[in-house]
Amino acid sequence: MTANTGTTVMTLLQALNLALMEEMERNKDVVVLGEDVARNGGVFRTTEGLMAKFGEARVIDTPLAESGIIGAAIGMAMYGLRPVAEIQFSDFIFPAMDQIVSEMAKLRYRSGGEFTCPVVVRTPSGGGIRGGHYHSQSPEAYFCHTPGLMVLAPSTPEDAKGLLKSAIRGNDPVIFFEPKRIYRTVKGEVPNDPDFTVPIGKARIARAGKDVTVISWGAMVHTCLEAAEKAARNGVDIEVVDLRSLVPLDEEAVLNSAKKTGRVVVASEATRTCGFASEISAFLAEEIIEYLEAPIVRVTGYDTPFPYALEHVYMPGPNRVLDAVQRVMTF
Amino acid sequence: MATHKKPENLVRVLPLEGLPATTAAPKLSAEQHRDMFRSMLRIRMLDEKMMLLQRQGRIAFFGPSAGQEAAIVGSGSVARAEDWIFPALREAGVALHRGFPLEQYFGQLFGNVLDPQKGRQQPMHFSSGAVHYVSLSSPIATQLPQAVGAAYAAKLRGDGTVIFAYLGDGATSEHDFHSALNFASVWKAPVLFLCQNNGWAISVPFEKQTASDGIAIKASAYGMPGIAVDGNDVLAVRATTQMAMDRALRGEGPVLLEFVTWRRGGHSSSDDPTRYRDEDQIPPWVLVDPLQRYRDYLRSANIVNVADEQIIVTELQSAMDAALAIAENADRPSMDTLFTDVYAAVPPHLQRQMDSAGQDTTGRAEGAFPL
Repeated sequence: MTANTGTTVMTLLQALNLALMEEMERNKDVVVLGEDVARNGGVFRTTEGLMAKFGEARVIDTPLAESGIIGAAIGMAMYGLRPVAEIQFSDFIFPAMDQIVSEMAKLRYRSGGEFTCPVVVRTPSGGGIRGGHYHSQSPEAYFCHTPGLMVLAPSTPEDAKGLLKSAIRGNDPVIFFEPKRIYRTVKGEVPNDPDFTVPIGKARIARAGKDVTVISWGAMVHTCLEAAEKAARNGVDIEVVDLRSLVPLDEEAVLNSAKKTGRVVVASEATRTCGFASEISAFLAEEIIEYLEAPIVRVTGYDTPFPYALEHVYMPGPNRVLDAVQRVMTF
Repeated sequence: MATHKKPENLVRVLPLEGLPATTAAPKLSAEQHRDMFRSMLRIRMLDEKMMLLQRQGRIAFFGPSAGQEAAIVGSGSVARAEDWIFPALREAGVALHRGFPLEQYFGQLFGNVLDPQKGRQQPMHFSSGAVHYVSLSSPIATQLPQAVGAAYAAKLRGDGTVIFAYLGDGATSEHDFHSALNFASVWKAPVLFLCQNNGWAISVPFEKQTASDGIAIKASAYGMPGIAVDGNDVLAVRATTQMAMDRALRGEGPVLLEFVTWRRGGHSSSDDPTRYRDEDQIPPWVLVDPLQRYRDYLRSANIVNVADEQIIVTELQSAMDAALAIAENADRPSMDTLFTDVYAAVPPHLQRQMDSAGQDTTGRAEGAFPL
């Protein structure tokens, strides 16, 4: 067995680091920039070892300004580089909203395709780390609402590696949400092949089932899987669909599962109103309501700022997912 | 309205009453002078013609540049073909100087198939890959950190490109101005920050924009040189931009140049400056027409005489008329351009929207359901 075949068991964080290593090795245009990403290897150590291997010109500790980081990354990409910009916590992405929404997302369109900026913005998101309001939010819906961006949210080491590599090799700007709660707690087999990628726009059936479809993404997928095991012990067979890619959405996978089970729950950590769970619900209601045996039920965070002391109440756990499953099963 | 306490200190080649020259004229060939003068005349002529078209309802919007021709052409003419321009609102004259075809310029204003952007932006938001003139967006100062990123990339590749980043005085209040100057100086990026200080951000005068004595002084906090220039003196603009360019090419990093000029017209065709501007408070020197000032110099130096100018004007006029006739009759962009270029390839959800678009505009009858 050569190094290019088989798999290695690693954490999600290690998988991300490996993806960056391999892509920087593969293409000298790939550069990494952000706060604390070089010498310190990132506050979560996702970029550890990159500076030592590729030098300070390609692994850049930037001044502390998110708008500057994304703006500079856009210019680098326009000129031909493949920048991977880190926003240290997705809660700090908002100073860069103008650059992301007005510039990065629109450049290809507004210039008639003459200027493009394939920037990958990596950003840890989600709660469950006792981080309080400014280290816990899940802001993906803002970006799903912006044409021109691809929005990815992997939940396994294999997908983290494969999707990040696809994002870096692709020609579109990507917001890449990393499930920081499970950076180190989730381990899995990751293919050794440096050309292994996961296609953008394809969902994954995380657990096959026949009674209820539970759709989720990011760290919440694991909560749903936990709920599914509990349900199985009580005779309910849940299918968990891990979207992986929110934009573009794998409409076919979502439709097929929902048609098969006729009962749908959408689970997300983000606040409820106008969240991406609502978009999935609306999409299914519009397309296949005749297949449904029950209303589509959303399980989400509350419409409050993300709390500190009551984090465990705010974040949907397996029991809240099961409450929703029960509701669609007994409708 | 006084953006500088001591206007006599601005870098100046062409003296004015009470404002002596502070530096020597740059060494330029007669041909270079004629090119610059032609580009300045083109801006003035287009301005007059396009404002007329806007008032006739033939284009939706226009942003005039009259009075700023020296700042625009004096700086933009320093850029070489391989250099990149990140413009603000009033630098279309730089694109034209670099060979951006007039058909495309008019095509952009009309929003038709001649526009490289496929009619996707409001008039004045020009873009041209061919002349490295980056698509303008309306949010203020966003182009500045992007210009720094492009400069970083050029430096990383070692290809000697210099990035020209334009901004207005209003842009200096934005966070992206700060980020850009800060990043650029830390990185010693080959980027020139070229501020056209025309005294006004729509209706807000300079003294309400910033309490500092001009813009150039702000550079010192970022550890880069800042130079305040008489922006109506095309030779001073040209000389300082060339100096900044040479410095960037030596790897010494960015410079902030402030061209002190004056917006003769409104902010745009939608603006009425009589609502907020008191013309008699303006120091007379900023009102001196940069075009006339250059014309006087060219005549006294025997580079462009009256007959020469007439030939240039006639050429420009016939080129304008010909391009306008072609552009005004060009087709509207096709329906698919609504959906292409959002992504590199059209994703399935957009394909479905594309397939159904426009169907609501056909054959609906009144008075019965289903219609």
